[in-house]
Amino acid sequence: MAYAATAGRVPERGLDVYTQKVGMWVFLCSEVMFFAGLIGSYVVLRFGAADTWAEPGAVLNVRVTAFNTFLLICSSVTMVKAFAAAQAGDQRGIQIYLLGTTILGATFLGVQVYEYTELVLHQSWQGSHGFTPAAGLYGATFFTMTGFHGFHVLLGVICLAWATIRAWRGHWGADNTHGIEVLGLYWHFVDLVWIILFTIVYLI
Amino acid sequence: MATIVAEATGQAILHEEHEQSFLRKYIFSTDHKVIAIQFLIYTLFFLMIGGLLAMLMRYQIAWPARGQLPLGGIFPESMVASGYILPEFYNALVTMHGSVMVFLAIMPMLVGVWANYLIPLQLGTHDMAFPRLNMLSFWLMVPAGILTLASFFVIGGAAGAGWTLYAPLSARPDLSGVGLGQIMWLAALVFIGLSSILGSVNYITTTINLRAPGMTWMRMPLTIWSLFITAILALLAMPVLSAAGIMLVFDQTIGTSFFLPEGGGQPLLWQHLFWFFGHPEVYILILPAMGFTSEILSAGSRKPVFGYKAMVLALVSIAFLGFIVWGHHMFQSGMNPMLGLTFTVSTLFIAVPSAIKTFNWMGTMWRGNLQLHTAMLFAIGFVAMFAIGGLSGVFMASTPVDIYIHDTYFIVAHIHYVLFGGSLFALFGAIYFWYPKMFGRMMDETMGKIHFWLTFVFFNLVFFPMHGVGMVGMMRRIYDSTGYAHLQGIEDSNALITWAAFGLFASGFLFAFNFFWSLKKGRKAEANPWNATTLEWQTPSPPKHGNWEEVPVVYHGPHEYSHPDVEDKDWLAQNERPDVVSPAAGSH
Repeated sequence: MAYAATAGRVPERGLDVYTQKVGMWVFLCSEVMFFAGLIGSYVVLRFGAADTWAEPGAVLNVRVTAFNTFLLICSSVTMVKAFAAAQAGDQRGIQIYLLGTTILGATFLGVQVYEYTELVLHQSWQGSHGFTPAAGLYGATFFTMTGFHGFHVLLGVICLAWATIRAWRGHWGADNTHGIEVLGLYWHFVDLVWIILFTIVYLI
Repeated sequence: MATIVAEATGQAILHEEHEQSFLRKYIFSTDHKVIAIQFLIYTLFFLMIGGLLAMLMRYQIAWPARGQLPLGGIFPESMVASGYILPEFYNALVTMHGSVMVFLAIMPMLVGVWANYLIPLQLGTHDMAFPRLNMLSFWLMVPAGILTLASFFVIGGAAGAGWTLYAPLSARPDLSGVGLGQIMWLAALVFIGLSSILGSVNYITTTINLRAPGMTWMRMPLTIWSLFITAILALLAMPVLSAAGIMLVFDQTIGTSFFLPEGGGQPLLWQHLFWFFGHPEVYILILPAMGFTSEILSAGSRKPVFGYKAMVLALVSIAFLGFIVWGHHMFQSGMNPMLGLTFTVSTLFIAVPSAIKTFNWMGTMWRGNLQLHTAMLFAIGFVAMFAIGGLSGVFMASTPVDIYIHDTYFIVAHIHYVLFGGSLFALFGAIYFWYPKMFGRMMDETMGKIHFWLTFVFFNLVFFPMHGVGMVGMMRRIYDSTGYAHLQGIEDSNALITWAAFGLFASGFLFAFNFFWSLKKGRKAEANPWNATTLEWQTPSPPKHGNWEEVPVVYHGPHEYSHPDVEDKDWLAQNERPDVVSPAAGSH
């Protein structure tokens, strides 16, 4: 190639997106593959042993979990509102909506703990007492998938609580929205995964 | 420009030397160069451990009935009893040799060391996008290493179900005889996976967003291209292994049966998950080596890389194809022949980009002004060994041939031609090449050349005969081959391989001696000892914290050697201003 053709033209830098956001998107690609591994295994195992699965609603409490799903979707809405408030520089809005998201996330976890306790202690499964991870592939896949999702919610709630504390210290504002946006990306991802899990684990 | 990068990395990087405590500077450092050196020491240590495990294996394979293991007395009774390596310990040796070499030596050496060291320097930025995440990705490897070493000394010994961890053998302690060791190894694997994912996030983000002004995608050195593609592979493949590994741990500990047929689970599912990770992993282990080789060959031939764009496209297509060929590891596992054929065809496709790369390396060297320094010798060695390993790979891609050679020493020969003759040769080359940049001193050339020739000769004496031993039918994880009628007459081959393996291991110590001796006694290196073009050579050796006084601006492609328009020298640095260097610029 001729020299002139390689000589400097317009200087180029990265994407027009700040680095933390790029990093979160890249990380979420990895998370997609993690849950794809779990969900793919679930599909294969369930097709291989469909007769060992219980009817939807027979073991799992679909009503309580539907309510829980609603809470998580609401928390995504409050997350969006928190980001909008940050962009607008509305300190009160940032505080309220971040706190709301944290509380909704924590409530989701609380309901999940209640659900697990009920299942392990009081639910009967194939004649024996207690529905545990050892209760066939149904129990194993249920606890593994919802458990890892719950773990992701837990990490999210910890980060949200930290962001909320910072909100009361006036950390966020129109000139400092990145942290809320990046955390929001993660939170919406966790929400989206739950909608898939709720559908395939509880409803079908 | 400098301030923009400093803001973008989220760190206020000071350009003047500032005082840091010893702990912050060398132990819990966020400087990508220090982290790379930490990874280098770590991986060289585990390279030695992995080699030691292989030596014990070779002793057993060559003289299964002799006993009398030298220094056998220092091992606990559960490993070596009155000079005999016990079968259970041999299983652990086979498993942990593969596991340690793949996960704790070669992979972190390719990626942890060189992606950390070279990405910011070759892209012209101050540090990684997320320096603290970078530090975490090293420190996650420490518990992984400790768990691995400790697992040898727990009841039942270290993991013994093969590095592929096939279920149900790996899932049931009553089958493998290993309980806690297996769990510890899987826990280590989860740490390694997390470290690798966090590292990949860093490498990808840095490459996308923190390139110096003028560093367009098609001006990135091939090393960066290869590390970038590798990071994408690791990002997408490691989480699948983590998910599978966690399910396997649950099978061992809390009574699930994901992979146990008696509970309705599917052992084949493990194989699919493992190889869905495992085959991209194979390319994680070779693509960076290809990048280093391209770079060293170009500098050592004083010529641009032949077919730069084709090299980039070949990397991308190998990576893509790498995700759709995993089934070729499972031809013998009970697969629909039609599906097997599909995997055969997709696997054979990989020969095309691989051949493009091989011919381009030869094109790069063709009529070049060859500088046969040690790094160059290892790079040429890489091309030769990779060609052999690549060709034997074509054999096993074909289902009918694979059924014959499956699970024999032919496979062992193949994997070592690509992983040792390929990856490790390129890594040695990379260490000789970038050592002056890392430590400010040159490694000794005489010792280096002796190291190369010993490694090259012994390597081929070890692994070439394995093809023959495998064709005869020797099984790859066998403890004692003497009891089989069809394996009579291969004892001499096995003894030869073992003696050569001892030589190969010993030659590693020459390298280690050279490495540490040169830290103190090596000749002082100038900023650009190889007259190379990429950005890292345009800053002092070793670079200061923050790398640059002023962010470089890039005007040229990455490998501008022997440029016809530059008269006074045979190289053109990426950041040399065209109007300063050549009055003839623009005349074409």
